[in-house]
Amino acid sequence: MNFDYNEEQQLLADSLRRYLQAQYSFEQRKKLLDGGPEVWAKFAEMGLLALPLSPDYGGFGGGAVDLMAIMEAFGEALVVEPYLATVMASRLVARAGSAAQKSTVLPAVAEGRLKMAFAHLESGARYDLAAVKCAATKSGDHWIIEGEKKSVQLAPRLVVSARTSKGVALFLADAPKATPRRALDGFAEADLVFSGVKAEALEGGLAEIEETVDFATALICAEAVGAMKFSCDTTLEYLKTRKQFGVPIGTFQALQHRIVDMYIAHEQAKSMACLACSKIDTAENAKDRARAISAAKIKIADAARHVSHEAVQLHGGMGMSEEMKVSHAFRRLAVLARQFGDADHHLARFASL
Amino acid sequence: MDLNYSPEELGFRDEARAWLAANLPRALKEKVERYEHLSKDDLLSWHRILAAKGWVAPAWPKEWGGTGWNVVQRYLFEEELGYAGGPPLIPFGLSMCAPVLLQFGTDAQKKRFLPRIFKGEDFWCQGYSEPGSGSDLASLKTKAVRQGDHYVVNGQKIWTTLAHYADWIFCLVRTDSSDKRQEGISFVLIDMKTPGITIRPLILMDGAHEVNEVFFDDVKVPVENRVHDEGKGWTVAKYLLGYERMNTGRIGASKRELEKVKDFSKNISDIRFRDRLARLEVELMALEITNLRFLDRMRRTGQPPGADVSMLKIKGTEIQQGLTELALDAMDPAANDEFSVALRNRYLSMRKTTIYAGSNEIQRNIISKMTLGL
Repeated sequence: MNFDYNEEQQLLADSLRRYLQAQYSFEQRKKLLDGGPEVWAKFAEMGLLALPLSPDYGGFGGGAVDLMAIMEAFGEALVVEPYLATVMASRLVARAGSAAQKSTVLPAVAEGRLKMAFAHLESGARYDLAAVKCAATKSGDHWIIEGEKKSVQLAPRLVVSARTSKGVALFLADAPKATPRRALDGFAEADLVFSGVKAEALEGGLAEIEETVDFATALICAEAVGAMKFSCDTTLEYLKTRKQFGVPIGTFQALQHRIVDMYIAHEQAKSMACLACSKIDTAENAKDRARAISAAKIKIADAARHVSHEAVQLHGGMGMSEEMKVSHAFRRLAVLARQFGDADHHLARFASL
Repeated sequence: MDLNYSPEELGFRDEARAWLAANLPRALKEKVERYEHLSKDDLLSWHRILAAKGWVAPAWPKEWGGTGWNVVQRYLFEEELGYAGGPPLIPFGLSMCAPVLLQFGTDAQKKRFLPRIFKGEDFWCQGYSEPGSGSDLASLKTKAVRQGDHYVVNGQKIWTTLAHYADWIFCLVRTDSSDKRQEGISFVLIDMKTPGITIRPLILMDGAHEVNEVFFDDVKVPVENRVHDEGKGWTVAKYLLGYERMNTGRIGASKRELEKVKDFSKNISDIRFRDRLARLEVELMALEITNLRFLDRMRRTGQPPGADVSMLKIKGTEIQQGLTELALDAMDPAANDEFSVALRNRYLSMRKTTIYAGSNEIQRNIISKMTLGL
């Protein structure tokens, strides 16, 4: 038993934090929202993009625990780069791609030359990973995809899920042209229409999707922990400095108990993120893995709501203000609480396992 | 990061589990399982079985009967003890009075009291709360006036758990009324057979006699029964507060209760009930890992746990209460058998957990002040 990051994990997270504090402050983030290429290049230089990939393709073979400290740092800084989208899509290529596909895609990802996304979500599917209506039909030596995918982060190359006569399958395709928009939390995304889009097939389907989504769920648990840590820290600071009735508002017991409960919720969430990330790397079977991931996501979804709501409330009117980072942490946590399944969805899954 | 116990730790746990299962008398286990009233003999018989094995006071120094286990082993054992489902070990002697004596007691006091606590020969109770002094403990009024080689004690304690079983009581008393409130307090040990002590039962809403009022009317206490210097009682009390709070989450016991609730609620298919049960299970998982994180920190730093372990008491007691609520809701409304009645009473009784040992509001005050600096 050991809850420490190892030296490499800690050093990487520390240098990432230093970089984010210097170059990705809240003010700089506002300007960077339109995707300055220098951030991605820096991620590549630090090895973040290579970290989860196999050494055979220029990666470092890291697991979820290796990514955990990075995701926490991203959460604290509210990073809106398509990092997780790229990790998910490249993980699917690594698990379901041919040798040729892997050697085309993965080194480019590792070196920061290729951003990717996993185009999966469809209208009405909610959190049902099998609810895929997009269709893929064989045409000579390639496939044609027809259908729509929602809220896909902006990236030139995609892994797309689509239905064939054999069920849900995975494909590699270029992203069709689309009109980008900002999601609730500031990520750049678009709804995509696939109309006669040429694609190449990967050798995988629903099982690979479920595994990758569980992996990604563990990572966003860690990211949410980071965003909650920021929310707790900044609220504590506010309670110590904001004065009303001639005293810091942190001297009021009604507020003290509420921030203590935020602090406890954050610690409990961190515990469950540790469980989720370590189980993804070590679980003996899919059921074991799914149970831990769902348990973690239930706790993280509840804690994200609780902490973000209280952070805004304890900031008073300032918490509502667009100028304050705490309101952006609120937006990020609102998305993370529901991403890959909200508490209700994971309760149903946890209870059924 | 590795959330698993080492093979050695697992071996230790399995050995403890097997021994506890083999040595907990069946009749006693069933009594606890049915939530029946436990007599003084019931409590002490399990204590004595563990004492004979040398496992009743693992945290004590080896020379006084401790096991020399490390923090992880102690934690594992405590959880297995809870999970085994025996009568609770009454903490007043083993993990309250004894640590105080070990830290502040004279050699004579240690020799006189520790072996008897270990063997279960003296039953102890705690004289802290008073009618006017609950959370604001330092406002206590019970007076001890020095007369030669004795103190004469007058006053009243309340909520004194199992005083009616007790041979001894450790008390916080006021030895100096002129001083600032915390500095006039001393820690004394009082023989319950001393003339002038009256015990009056306080029956709680579950109908059980567990707590009492204890009245002191010119009770003579030898000065040699004072622990630490006169006026240092508050230092002693604070020391105790920081001592061994790694198991206040009662995770082993809650795991056992969760299994029981799961078992007898099997037929309830209402999705709302299943969700509440699942949510509580997740809370317990989160508490267990949080507890392990504290343990890991203690092991790495060699430091006693910080004030933030108060969260273990807060979450642990919320879970214990939540389990009784689920048990109550799972019960057939038409049932009136003994077990169902006991379950209902347990729901009533467990409301005490968020009040005793520093109410959960006081625990929040502690985290707010000590951890968050408010």
